[in-house]
Amino acid sequence: MEILKEGKGKRLGWHTPDEHRQYVMENKSRELIDKRMSIQEAVAKFVNDGDFIAFGGFGHVRVSMIAIYEIIRQGKRDLKAAGKTTVHDLDVLISAGCVTEVEPSYAFGHELRGLSPGSRRMVESGKCRVVAEISNAAFQWRWLAASLGVPFIPARNLSGTDTFEYSSSIIVKDPFTGQPITLIPAAYPDCVFIHVDRADMYGNAQIDGITIQDVELSRAARKLIITTEEIISNDEIRREPKRTTIPYFLVDGVVEAPFGSHPGEMPGWYYFDEEHIAEWLAASKDPAATEKYFEKYVFGVKDFEEYLELVGGIRKINQLKRIEKLAEKPEYPWVKKK
Amino acid sequence: MVVETTHYKTSEFLAYTAAKTLVDGKSIFVGTGLPLVAATFAQRSHAPNILVVFEAGGIGPRIPELPISVGGSFTFHQGIMAASMHDVMAFSQAGYVDFGFLGAAQIDMYGNLNTTVIGPHDLPKARLPGSGGANDVGSFCHQTIIMMYQDKRRFVNKLDFVTTPGYLNGPGAREKCGLPANTGPYRVITQLATYDFDEETKRMRLLTLHPGITVEQVQENSSFEILVPDKVGTTEIPTKEDIEILRSIDPYGVALG
Repeated sequence: MEILKEGKGKRLGWHTPDEHRQYVMENKSRELIDKRMSIQEAVAKFVNDGDFIAFGGFGHVRVSMIAIYEIIRQGKRDLKAAGKTTVHDLDVLISAGCVTEVEPSYAFGHELRGLSPGSRRMVESGKCRVVAEISNAAFQWRWLAASLGVPFIPARNLSGTDTFEYSSSIIVKDPFTGQPITLIPAAYPDCVFIHVDRADMYGNAQIDGITIQDVELSRAARKLIITTEEIISNDEIRREPKRTTIPYFLVDGVVEAPFGSHPGEMPGWYYFDEEHIAEWLAASKDPAATEKYFEKYVFGVKDFEEYLELVGGIRKINQLKRIEKLAEKPEYPWVKKK
Repeated sequence: MVVETTHYKTSEFLAYTAAKTLVDGKSIFVGTGLPLVAATFAQRSHAPNILVVFEAGGIGPRIPELPISVGGSFTFHQGIMAASMHDVMAFSQAGYVDFGFLGAAQIDMYGNLNTTVIGPHDLPKARLPGSGGANDVGSFCHQTIIMMYQDKRRFVNKLDFVTTPGYLNGPGAREKCGLPANTGPYRVITQLATYDFDEETKRMRLLTLHPGITVEQVQENSSFEILVPDKVGTTEIPTKEDIEILRSIDPYGVALG
C-alpha cells in the first residue's frame, strides 16, 4: 500500500502480533489459579517503573482509584500513561509525579468541572511530556487492533488534522477504494487496572452497564489486574455466562476493593464524591497544597480502608449510594457562582 | 458583549438556541458541557424522540438529572442500550449518527477546531484536554453543531492546533482527505449570533443575529472576515417556560452558571 503521510507521534505500547503471541504463551496461563491478592501485592508485583500503563472505565466513572493511590504510595516512577478518557485518575497520578510521558485522547480536564490544574502544570512546566496525540475512537481502536492480534486497524478519523500529525498513525491509499485511509497501530499496555462490579477468584469479571473501553482494553493488556466491588463464586459466574465481560485467562490479579472507585462514580453503586473532588481541584492549583493532599490521603493512611474513613466513612458512603439511586439530590461545591 | 438579557442568561440562550437546531427523530452525539444541557432540553421540549448517544456507550437514555460526565450512569438511565465506546464510535463511522455537538477553544473560518494547545505543541502556553471524541464527531457525524463563546481570541485566522476537521482549507478538502462524504460543520452558535457555512467557499457565514446585536459587533469579535448575506434573520428568543425547563435541568448552574 502506498503510504501517503506519517504521524510523528511516539508509538507507545507497540509490539508485533507474533511478539504478543509469544508473550501470551509464556506469561498467560489458562489454568484455574486463585489470583486474589491485596492492592499492595498487585502493585508491587505488576507495576514496574517505566511501564506503559492504562486504566479502564472513564476517568472518574468506574475507575480503579485504589490502584492509583497505591501506585503513588509505592513511589512508582517514569510511567508512560494512556490518557484515554482520563479525568480524575490520571490528573492525580500525573500531579504526584509518577508519569513522564502521556498519549492523551482526553486528559488534563475534569469535564464539566473545568480544566485540571495539577496535571496541566506538570505538562506546561515540561515535567510530563505529551509524546503523541490521538482521538477517543482512534485510541479505542488501538486496543481493538491489539485485541484482534493484528498490527493495525483502518479507520476514517484523524485525517486532515494536527491530531493526525502528532499521532503514531499513518495514512495510506486503501487498495479497495483508492481513497486515503488512516491506519491506527495496535497498543499493548504493560499494565492495566480495570474496576468491575463482580469477579470470581480466577478473574472472571462482570461489568454491569456500559463497558466503555474495557472489552478491548482487557484483551490488549499484558498484565491485567481486576479490582472488584465484590468477589463472587465461580458457580455464580457459570449460572449466567452471558454476563462475563472479561474471562479469567486474560487476568493476572484480582483485588477485592469495595468503593475502589472513590471519589469516582461506580454506576449502580455510588455517585461521584463531589466534595472530595472539589477539595482535590482546589488543592491541586498549588504545588505545596498538592503535596499536603498526598500527605493526608495517600502517604498518611496505612491502607484504602483508612482513606475511606478519612473521606467520610459510612455516613459519606451511604450518602453517595442514595444519590446514585436518585433518592437524594447531588451537590456540586466546585460550581463557580457569579 | 452581552445579549440584552431580560428573562434569560447568555448561557441559557446558547443552550436553547443549540437545542432548537436539533430535529426530533434524529440521533445526536453529545459531548461534555453545555451540549448536555441542550440535548436534555431538546428531549424535554420539541424533540422528545431524539436519540441521544454518548461516547462511553450510553444510548437513548431518559436522562433523570443533568449528567456530570458523558460516561456517567445517568447517560444510560432507562436507555435502549448500555453499550461501549467501540459500539458508539462504530455506529458513528458507519453513518448512524446525524448530529454532533462540539465546543472549542478556537475556531477558524472553515469551522476547524482547536481543543489541544494554545502556543507551541511541545511546551504549550496552555495545555487543553485534547480531542476527546471531538475529532471523531467532526469526522463522522452528518452535521456538527459548534457551541462556543465568541471573541477575537477564539475566532482566529489560524488555529494554534487543528484538533478537529471542519472544512479544512476549502471546498473538496475533506473529500480529498478520505473523510466521509457529506459531513462537516453545519452551525456555529455563539453569544452573538448563529452561523452556517457558504456552500461554494465553505466559509463561515452569518445566519441570525441575536436580539440587540449588530453585524459590526459580530465582525469586531472575529479575527477573520465573516461572510454576511443580504438577508440576516433574528434568533428566536426562548419563552419564560423554556427558561424554566432549562433551569430545572441544571438547578445548581453546573453548566449554565
